[in-house]
Order: sequence, then structure tokens, then C-alpha cells
Amino acid sequence: MATVQFKGIVKKFGDNLVLNGVDVDIKDHEFVVIVGPSGCGKTTLLRMLAGLEEITDGEILIDNLLVNELHPSKREIAMVFQDYALYPHMTVEENMNFALRLRKMDKAEIASRVAEASNVLQLNKFLKRMPKQLSGGQRQRVAIGRAIVRKPKVFLFDEPLSNLDAKLREEMRVEIAKLYQRLNATIIYVTHDQVEAMTLAGRIVIMNHGIVQQVGSPIEVYRKPCNLFVAGFIGSPTMNFMTGKLALEGEALFFKNEDIKLSIPPYLLSDAKKHDGREVVLGVRPDDVLVERDGEKCSDKVQGVLEVCELLGHRENLYLKVGGMRVLATVEAFFNRSPGSAVTLCFNYKNMHVFDKATESRISE
Amino acid sequence: MKKEMSAAAKRRRLNHLLLHAGLFLFAAACVYPLLRIFSVSLRPGDKLVSMDLSLIPAGATFVSYAKLLGDTMFLRWLWNSLLITLATSFIGVSLASTAAYAFSRFRFPGKKVGMILLLSSQMIPAGMLILPLFLMIMKLKLMNTYLGMIIAYSVSSLPFSIWILKGYYDTIPRSLEEAALVDGTSQVGAFWRIILPLSTPALSIAFLFNFTTAWNEYLVARVVLFSSQQYTWTLGLFELQGQYITQWGMFAAGSMLVTIPVLCVFLYSSKWLISGLTLGSVKG
Repeated sequence: MATVQFKGIVKKFGDNLVLNGVDVDIKDHEFVVIVGPSGCGKTTLLRMLAGLEEITDGEILIDNLLVNELHPSKREIAMVFQDYALYPHMTVEENMNFALRLRKMDKAEIASRVAEASNVLQLNKFLKRMPKQLSGGQRQRVAIGRAIVRKPKVFLFDEPLSNLDAKLREEMRVEIAKLYQRLNATIIYVTHDQVEAMTLAGRIVIMNHGIVQQVGSPIEVYRKPCNLFVAGFIGSPTMNFMTGKLALEGEALFFKNEDIKLSIPPYLLSDAKKHDGREVVLGVRPDDVLVERDGEKCSDKVQGVLEVCELLGHRENLYLKVGGMRVLATVEAFFNRSPGSAVTLCFNYKNMHVFDKATESRISE
Repeated sequence: MKKEMSAAAKRRRLNHLLLHAGLFLFAAACVYPLLRIFSVSLRPGDKLVSMDLSLIPAGATFVSYAKLLGDTMFLRWLWNSLLITLATSFIGVSLASTAAYAFSRFRFPGKKVGMILLLSSQMIPAGMLILPLFLMIMKLKLMNTYLGMIIAYSVSSLPFSIWILKGYYDTIPRSLEEAALVDGTSQVGAFWRIILPLSTPALSIAFLFNFTTAWNEYLVARVVLFSSQQYTWTLGLFELQGQYITQWGMFAAGSMLVTIPVLCVFLYSSKWLISGLTLGSVKG
């Protein structure tokens, strides 16, 4: 297996700047997920690593070897494509052993590798079938099998589950996680689905507009998003944002806007005087919005009105209106209040995030 | 309700009948000349016009066939035609398949203009190209040679073949080639191992087009070839038409015989003219 380094990667399509100085170091045996919205440049970055896209500027190193000018076949990588990209005129077995046949590998070795991969992926029954005779999930497994038999230095996955239905996606996600545990390979996985990113990754690279926004473990990027974009992108349902101003009253710092006044504890923003008068955005995850109900009492209360309830099973999304602001609370089912009823709520300050309004960067601890 | 249903069924049946009558008429119009020629080829003597409308005429004989094969150089002309046509078809398809791949997959200056130029070259009447073709082949000192004919035919059918193949390549997902590149092929390898096997329907059409065009061509052959040893069958059959007499029996027999190679090629190609070759390769 191998390390991968992106150093100041720039990609332009004509005048369109797609990647703007991407620097990421990926360690040996690491499972890194590159996540971001459509058009953020994540797939382009992966394709550049695979050698399928030219690099405008910067360096890509695999195992400390500069690969900028190296042909894809010489990079010792295997790639699983979003649309499977199976060779339709070849059987499953021929698809899986195509790369090995090209390398003129010993026939016994080819057979053993294909047998091993097909065992792992439960493809033994389908080896003689054509791709068109397989279901979507089976095709994706063949595509993964084709990568495994190569025993490459780095596995690249380009949104491999995005064409599958929700149930199959869940199953395949578990399969890929198990596969990683088994292979212990360096894997770079591109997706726009933050659930995939959170569940699979050892480290997440979050991208937007061709720039890396944050690199960190799933819990790091969830608990300490470095800016408004990351805070809004990671976590489902999306974080609540409240725009307002910080004001010092005596020794205490308050967050104020037309609808709400909240005291900001010192463990969130330590130097209160420094922040006096600063325009900020307060971020609270729906799980950290607490509603007063039987057995649960709120302190630092805020009054709101329930607009819509969404029952998810064991949890419930409550769409609340606090003055002119909309706040989403995810609470345990069943809340049993009708829309329009008054609700008392409060926030879990320990998990609250404060961002500078102008720079959009996190300023809270 | 039942009455209404039966009225609708009757209407459908009538429409069906009318449609089939129309199709039958068109089919008859297509087959009739062939049957008449077959009939003429079997008539004793060189009778083109006859009061007898039966398909197998009275006193039907294969004398015309025997005379054509025995007394003339028909087999030689057939061989010449076959040689020129096959060479033209293989060269034409080879050139078109690679050129179309470049037009489909690569970005290069003049790509759009090139495609438009290729298309517009098809709008020039064939007769207008005779003189430049004659001059070109004469300058190359290839008059009255197979090679001269092959060059003339190959280049003239190239634009159409490129358009057909380019259109087909465009429908093959690029990710297949990219997967092949990552798996270890070169760009040429990806074309050879992945794209070409998937393009057999379009390649067959291009081959058939090249074959039928070259096989039936007369005008260019008339200009380039002048010795009867080198004649293609189109020129050869024309030889049977004299100033005072035309040997219609042999003419018809020749016309029947020349359809056999084309028929064979069509029947053989039909197995490649299948759709859905790329099914299952990518998410549909």
C-alpha cells in the first residue's frame, strides 16, 4: 500500500478554475473520503490522481513518486467508477481478470486471485454471466472485484454507491467497510453523501468551490466544523444558523438579534471583551435544540411556535418558529403537540458553534 | 360495451389490412424488376420484351448463363470487382474507424470544421468529382490499376463512414476506456480491445456501405480502367451491349449473378447488426 500527496493542485478547464491549490496528505492504509457538493472538484481531483485528467499546476505523489506525467496504467491504482464501467462484451470473470491478462500474469495466479475476490464479494455464481444479466448491486460488486484482483497500491472509489437505491446503498456501504478492514488498503473515496463520508472515513476531506475546507476525522468535522460551509454540510438534518451580534453586558457576553437573546458561556468564547459588537452566526445542531416536555425542563428558555412535525420513527423533527427565525429540533418521538401550539425550547450550549459573519470562520472554542 | 369493442376491433383490423396491402405493394414494386430480369435470363434468345408474363418462360434455359461464363471474361470481371470492393471496404472501414475515434474522443483544432467539411463533401455530385479523381490517379500513375480504383473508392466513401462511426462512438461511455486505461491498456489498446468490439453494428453498416458503393460503381471505373482484363463487372456487362445488338439474355444472367456476393455479404453482416451491445456496462 502507499501514501498519496496532493501538493498545490490547480485545475483549470479553459478559464474555469475547478481546483485552487489543493494540499492533502494521505497516509498509508488510510481510508480518506473526499466529500463536497456537486461541482466542488472532488471527482476531478480523483481523476487527476488516476491520470485521467491533466494537472494544470501542482504535484501528485504516490509513495513519494511524482506521477504527474505517468500513464494511468503505471500508477498502480485501481478505480471503481460511479457508473460501474464494466466491459459489456466480457463475462464477469473476464472483466475481473482483464487487467491481470494484460500484465500477462500466470494463469494459475489469475484464477486464484479471481476466485479469492469472487469469494469475498459473493460473485462465484455469476462468473460466467454477462454484465447485462446482473442487478445494479451485483454490477457494482464486479466493479469492486475488478479493482481488488489488481492488488493495487491505492484504491480509488468515485461515488460508487450513488446509482444504487437506498437499501442497496446501505448494504454496499457495510460491504465496503468490511472490505477495508480485510484489505487494510489505502482507499480514497469520493462522495457527495455525507452519511457515507461519516460512516466509512478514517479522515474526511471536505471541499467546496475547488478548495479544501477542512480535513479531519468524522467526529472532528462534526463537533468542530472550521467554517459555516462545513457546519452546514456535515450533519443531517442541517445545523440551525442564527445571525446576530455579540454584546457585552457587565462581564457576560450575549448573543442578540430581533428575535432572541442568549447568554454565551465563557467556555464557548473566552475573551468576552474582544468579541463585543462582533457580527456572528450561531450554529446549533437540531439534536442540541431541547424542547420542554414532561420530565424535561429547559433553562434559559426561548418561546417558539410549532409549525410542522415530521415523525422519523424513534425520532421526530419539529419545525419551530422563534420570532421571525425558523429552528429545527430533532427530539425523541412522540412529541404529541399539534401545529400552532406554543413550545418552550432551549439550546445545549456545550455543542453550540459561533462563526464570524464576515469571514464565516469558527471563532468558538 | 361489447358492440363498441367489436367496432374498435374491426377498425383495427381494417387498418392492419390496409397497412399490409400498402407494404405488399411496395415489396412487389421492389421485387418485380428482379423477377423480370431473372425471367429474361432464362429466355431462349436475346428477348428483352415478351408477351409472356410468366416467371419461368416457355423453353426456359440456362444457356445465357453458360455463354456468359464460358464465352466472355465475366468471371475475371467478377474477380476484379471482388478484389477492388473487398480492399476498398477493409481500407475504408479501417481509416474511417480510426478517424472517427479521433473525432469522437479527442479535442483538437479544426475538429468541428473538419466534421462539417466531411459532411459537405457528400453534397458534391459524384459526377463533379470525376475530373479531379481522374487527374489525381493519372498523376499517381495508377490508371488502369486495382490500386487506383481502390484509392478512388476508399476516399469517396470515407466521409459517410466517419460520420456513421463517430455518431456510434459518441454513444459508448468514456468511462469504459478510462477503466481500460487504469487496467493497463494504452489509448490504442483501449480502442482495439474495448471500443472496436462494441462498435460491430456501426462497423458492419460502414462495411456494407463501402461494399455496395464500390461493387455497383460504374462512372469512376469507366474513367480509370481501359483494358478489358482490368474491367469490373459493371464495365464488363456494358460490353455486352453492342451498336446493333444487345445480348439481353447474358446481360440479365450477369445481373443475376452479381447479386450473389452482395447477398452473401448482407446475410453474413446481419449477425453483427445487433443492438444493445453496450447494455450492462454502465448504469442504464
